[in-house]
Amino acid sequence: MTSLSTLDPERSARPPLRAHQSGLMGRAAAAASTPGGAIFLLVGVLLVATIVANPNFGDPGVLIRFLGRTAPIAIAAIGQYFVIVAGEFDLSMAAVVSMQVVLAGNLIGDDPGRVIPVMCLMLVLGALIGVLNGLGTTVLLVPSFIVTLGMMLALNGIVDYVTGGAAAGNPVDEFREIGRGTIEDVPVVDVIPYPLIILTVIAVAAVWLMRRPFGRSLIAAGDNPAAARVAGGSLVWLKMRAFVLSSLSATVAGILLVGYAGVHPSVGQGYEFAAITAVVLGGVLLGGGRGWVLSAAAGAFALELLFTLLTALGIESTWRDTVQGVIIIVAVALAGRAWQAGRRPSRSARRAEASTDSSTGSSIQPPSPGTTTGDS
Amino acid sequence: MRRSKFTAALGVAAAVAVLGACSTDDTVNDSDDPSGDGGETTSSEEWFVQADYDEQDAQRDATFEGPAEEPWLQYIDGEMTDTSAFATKDPQKVCFSNASISNPWRQTGWITMNQQLEVLVENNVISEMETRDADDDDNTQIADIDYFIAEGNCDVFIISPNSTAAMTPAVERACETGKPVIVFDRGVETDCATTFIHPIGGYAWGIDTAEYLIENLEEGDKVVALRILPGVDVLETRWAAAEKLFDEAGIEAVDYFTGADPAEIKKIMTDELTKGDVHGVWMDAGDGAVAAIEAFEDQGVDYPVMTGEDEMSFLRKWEETGLNGLAPVYSNFQWRTPLLAIEKIVNGEEIPAEWVLPQIPITEDERSDYLEANDGMPDGHYAKFGGEDLPGYPEVWQDRIIP
Repeated sequence: MTSLSTLDPERSARPPLRAHQSGLMGRAAAAASTPGGAIFLLVGVLLVATIVANPNFGDPGVLIRFLGRTAPIAIAAIGQYFVIVAGEFDLSMAAVVSMQVVLAGNLIGDDPGRVIPVMCLMLVLGALIGVLNGLGTTVLLVPSFIVTLGMMLALNGIVDYVTGGAAAGNPVDEFREIGRGTIEDVPVVDVIPYPLIILTVIAVAAVWLMRRPFGRSLIAAGDNPAAARVAGGSLVWLKMRAFVLSSLSATVAGILLVGYAGVHPSVGQGYEFAAITAVVLGGVLLGGGRGWVLSAAAGAFALELLFTLLTALGIESTWRDTVQGVIIIVAVALAGRAWQAGRRPSRSARRAEASTDSSTGSSIQPPSPGTTTGDS
Repeated sequence: MRRSKFTAALGVAAAVAVLGACSTDDTVNDSDDPSGDGGETTSSEEWFVQADYDEQDAQRDATFEGPAEEPWLQYIDGEMTDTSAFATKDPQKVCFSNASISNPWRQTGWITMNQQLEVLVENNVISEMETRDADDDDNTQIADIDYFIAEGNCDVFIISPNSTAAMTPAVERACETGKPVIVFDRGVETDCATTFIHPIGGYAWGIDTAEYLIENLEEGDKVVALRILPGVDVLETRWAAAEKLFDEAGIEAVDYFTGADPAEIKKIMTDELTKGDVHGVWMDAGDGAVAAIEAFEDQGVDYPVMTGEDEMSFLRKWEETGLNGLAPVYSNFQWRTPLLAIEKIVNGEEIPAEWVLPQIPITEDERSDYLEANDGMPDGHYAKFGGEDLPGYPEVWQDRIIP
């Protein structure tokens, strides 16, 4: 969100951002009052609530396993973030997960020698789906909502055709280890699940990507596509990469899910909405242009914690979806409030700013447009 | 402008959130459970009919007529339908309106049915079978049946209804054609059909499984019930009977809807295990049983007492782990019976008006026999599929090419 500073030479003449003025605590507090920061508070609140409802959940070994099993949905949320921040949607995500899960089951079977080639094939197919989604959106100019919806139906059809709607057997255990295995005998936390390691790598890579020109342009394109086009960026190539990242993340989620749970055409069902909800919970603006990638991942953890909390509280099965839905709406609404509160500097801060201005007597400074944090 | 963009985004976000909440059970398109008052037992009480429960409880010990080595032809003695008016030497065109083949149980049955069809076509009983698959959709199935009536040129109707109430008028319209109508698996609310073929039923399943768990558990023990989806009678009655028995025996039972999604099942089991001990697992269908068992493995705790189904994946995992379990059976061989009923109809033989097939769970003692007999079958195969004497055995079921 402080993104464009390096591209903007005028920026250096401006006073530092408010968020950079105070100490560490002050900065953390400022961050927490934005939607992208508030999600971390929400995760904290849900975590405490879950531990209160079920003290066993506070055990480090249990927590780390929880983090491991949440990795697939968090990875999907990170992938969805790239698309949403560029102002698009990817509804084909769940279908990609299902397709990859079924492919893994059918193609790998009992032959450990096929693990690597089939995984390569899955990644190639994932990338190809992203390319098609991107082409449909940018070249054919069909809204991504429709393109990816069509892709979802097409892929679901393929899955149905291949499986008739039911599961083949599970692939070899070597393959499933990726999503099920752990590093054993770790002090304190007992185990480290492989999916958690994969999530960490992907999260770091995503943060790095968002700091690269690619990430900056992606946010710019989501914020104002017309301006991004005038500025000379190729939206086709840019958005296509976002879609490729999204379906690749769905592919990785699929690989992890085969390991975690096994092969079934219903694996991945609801992932597109779960991922979009996670991204929105993470304070990323639907329509693009704003939001932090790690907040999207945190949104996924909030969603899963909510699920676990409902189990811990013993909410009746027929009620669960309703309760979950209402809580999500309230959370997003609250995050929206936080957003509005966070973008208006408090009165004391404004006074302080005014006094700094007068003391340094900087008269050449342009009038503050109030958009230095990049809002619309 | 800014403000409105934000508000719109929030609106979309809220819509997405609601959709997200719904999407875990999106296969349930009808009969939203109206148990809004949150009562623990409301939902299953609606599905609980004491008379049906008692009837099926008694049928579990009934004597079945017919050859024991051909259970798909066995039936409980009762009212018979006279079919002499339908007797003919001409090969019949069969029109089959199928609810779906969207789960491994239906797929296995569908394969068996096609092999049975091959035999009857060869014997000139049936000329051809035209099948329409409704893909789990009531409206599609109604259209399918009406199409068959109007222009299917059918001699016999076979209907495997998607849902009970919605399909009743369409089945009645098929009956009005005066041709034989055979209904199997899920029922309809009319007895106009020539015969209604089904295993004993959901209550019997619920009684068999709940009694097994109660026998092997102590009062106060906890059972997690994994259910596929609400609103389907043959599944709801399984739970209705089991819940009643758990209640009476003082077993603490909590139920979840999983959509048969193994990821969902494993999460639920893991959360329940984190909360406290789970002594038993009850399933309304065995699809996904392996994921439930794996949750116990990954958590490093003792296996539960468990009831699954006669699906190979469960039987294999059951043997591998040596857990204390039972495999209830919703007799898959019933998919042969409708075609064999046609053979009897064209011969003018009388057939049961309600053709109740045996439904006998597989116990631990019998498990190895069934595993051996079904060696090489895929995980989604059902042990009591009853197609051993049909052409193509065993390759057709092993390759599991869906016709």
